[in-house]
Amino acid sequence: MREHFRPALALLALFSLLCGVAYPLAVTGIAQLAFPAQAAGSLIEQEGKVIGSELIGQNFSQPGYFHGRPSAAGANGYDASVSSGSNLGPSSKALQDRIAASVAVLKAENPGAPVPAELVYASASGLDPDIAPATAQFQIPRIAVARGLSAMQLQALIDRHTRPRFIGLIGEPAVNVLALNRALDASAAAP
Amino acid sequence: MSANGWLQIFIYALALLLLTRPLGGFLYRVFEGEKTFLSPLLGPVERGFYRLAGVDAQREQGWLGYTLAMLVFNLAGFLLLYGLLRLQNVLPLNPQGLPAVSPHLAFNTAVSFVTNTNWQSYGGESTLSYLSQMLGLTTQNFVSAATGMAVALAVVRGFVRRKADTLGNFWVDLTRATLYVLLPLAILSALALVALGVPQNFAQYTEATTLEGAQQLIAQGPVASQVAIKQLGSNGGGFFNVNSAHPFENPNALSNFLESLYLILIAAALTNTFGRMVKDERQGWALFGAMAIVLFAGIAISYWAESQGNPAVAAMGVDGPNLEGKETRFGIAQSVIWAGATTAASNGSVNSMHDSYTPIGGLVQMLNIQLGEAIFGGVGAGLYGMLVYAILTVFIAGLMVGRTPEYLGKKIEAREVKLTMLAVLCLPLVLLGFTAYASVSPTMLKGLANAGPHGFSEMLYAFTSASGNNGSAFAGLTANAPLWNTFLGITMLVGRFAMIVPLLAVAGSLAAKPVVAPSLGTFPTNSGLFVGLLIGVLLIVGGLTYFPALALGPIVEQLALHAGQSY
Repeated sequence: MREHFRPALALLALFSLLCGVAYPLAVTGIAQLAFPAQAAGSLIEQEGKVIGSELIGQNFSQPGYFHGRPSAAGANGYDASVSSGSNLGPSSKALQDRIAASVAVLKAENPGAPVPAELVYASASGLDPDIAPATAQFQIPRIAVARGLSAMQLQALIDRHTRPRFIGLIGEPAVNVLALNRALDASAAAP
Repeated sequence: MSANGWLQIFIYALALLLLTRPLGGFLYRVFEGEKTFLSPLLGPVERGFYRLAGVDAQREQGWLGYTLAMLVFNLAGFLLLYGLLRLQNVLPLNPQGLPAVSPHLAFNTAVSFVTNTNWQSYGGESTLSYLSQMLGLTTQNFVSAATGMAVALAVVRGFVRRKADTLGNFWVDLTRATLYVLLPLAILSALALVALGVPQNFAQYTEATTLEGAQQLIAQGPVASQVAIKQLGSNGGGFFNVNSAHPFENPNALSNFLESLYLILIAAALTNTFGRMVKDERQGWALFGAMAIVLFAGIAISYWAESQGNPAVAAMGVDGPNLEGKETRFGIAQSVIWAGATTAASNGSVNSMHDSYTPIGGLVQMLNIQLGEAIFGGVGAGLYGMLVYAILTVFIAGLMVGRTPEYLGKKIEAREVKLTMLAVLCLPLVLLGFTAYASVSPTMLKGLANAGPHGFSEMLYAFTSASGNNGSAFAGLTANAPLWNTFLGITMLVGRFAMIVPLLAVAGSLAAKPVVAPSLGTFPTNSGLFVGLLIGVLLIVGGLTYFPALALGPIVEQLALHAGQSY
């Protein structure tokens, strides 16, 4: 038994230094040099102020912006310091009541159009930055009124910001809501 | 379901198949001590480590010595990690000023990372300092995976060696697995992930002012380095609370595809390494085949189940798949691939919230773990887990024809079968025992987020995950409470070491035996018939043990959900 003490302690110390210190530091060093923007969190600056990250969804509730997925991160959603899904099971009454409430709002907003599943189901992270192109299209009538833009202009904007599947095969086509809304702000006066 | 979705599943299977043999060959050369292209660089480091640690690389250990070395190393790792977590408030690299971790959470977390489970009763970004994440967790992510590989090697050597009294040198296996396999793969993977958008910094959390003028505090940190190794080492412990569903851990479809391959790659390759060690690669492909059939059957079932969606929501006039707890950029196909692979491979990282899956989707996940984490399984752990079932299979086949069973030329006799059954029976004992206790304990029931059968599933999943050293969760469960943390910690210890120790004893007794030449009566274990029997034994042992418990959880929930019942 005792013969194992020295190798155990020495190797634990050596691997802690190598894997726990040198490895993350080396990766950090190379990453900061080779990919500085990504390593810092793909932050977006506007007039010298950080307005968010390209990868992290934000809360949009004003009628003149495209809205993202329902979020369970933090009390008001999209809290990027406490990522979380709803963790409600399919038979949960709380889930079904929440969805029923969203459905009512969405049906009133765009009567006749099928309600996109993405706008009633909360994302896994609570920080999902994307929606599907069809989900964005569902919101065109509301935004057209709020912004005084035509449906065609909005459709063109969505098309321009649609990211296809990786090599046309993997993942799902998606629109980054923050990028889309920034483009919206750039193309028309803020609401 | 769509043709594209099935194609995505097929591409994943194909990539896994194509990578298994080349990586398996590399692992074989590393563990046989042969020169590889990394030797000029890492050879001196390896020898330096042995010198500093007083290890004689030529001196081998018997099964007991090997086991003791492994246990002492794991105990030391546990104590160091426990100490780091308890003292993180006074240690450096804590820019958010997070407080010390409570004793029961520190116990649970230290056990969790030492046993390669990475069950997380906490949310990373709100609980752990950068130092705890790096020096504590990342280190264990490497060495616990290396421990698994070492044990698998020792077990396989038991089959390979003839009339031998040693199984190898634990320190050498541990060091080589870390230096030549995990570290180079992790560095490459981490840098690829940064290029794709995963952050890697030591900055304070970023304060942003959103387009609508609200304040958003964005968590940061050395994310890529931890994500790379938690995927590769079948650890699974995320940097952030939601793990690889977080856009910082997994920003796009390509990062997702890579991460979901990393999480199963080494386990798959080890089947080929095993084949090479026993001088018949088809033995390895037989295990690979059985694993792959069960894995992809499970993925196909959950792809179907999630695509059907939630009948209660369909009744409200919303068509479409069940997207609750799934990210838009991954969709259903990439979510169910990951969910299947991570539960089968004992990884436990997630890119979607398992708690919100349909009952059938959740059942597949639980069953994947309950089959003993043998469907690819953890790095190393999956291989020795599957060898347990291989021993049982030849034993049962032997019973059917009334002949002493053999596997890889070694006679499987009473001692081996008894020890194997010990390993098989310990898991259900803690898993079902603690679940039963939790379901009548008012204190523990407070942790549930869901009522009805789904609440039972949350508890069953928790102990399933802990016993299988998986680490994923039905994450609605609030497990950061003294009883939960303690019982889950004990379950993880039993799940890891009550499996390893009897198996190393089996290996010791096998190594001492001579090899019997195959005769006409020998049951070939590299054939399709063996693969079929192996799958049968896997499903019968796992299925019969856990069917009653599953009937109370996901099966009842499925029936209730379609009858319009909610809780």
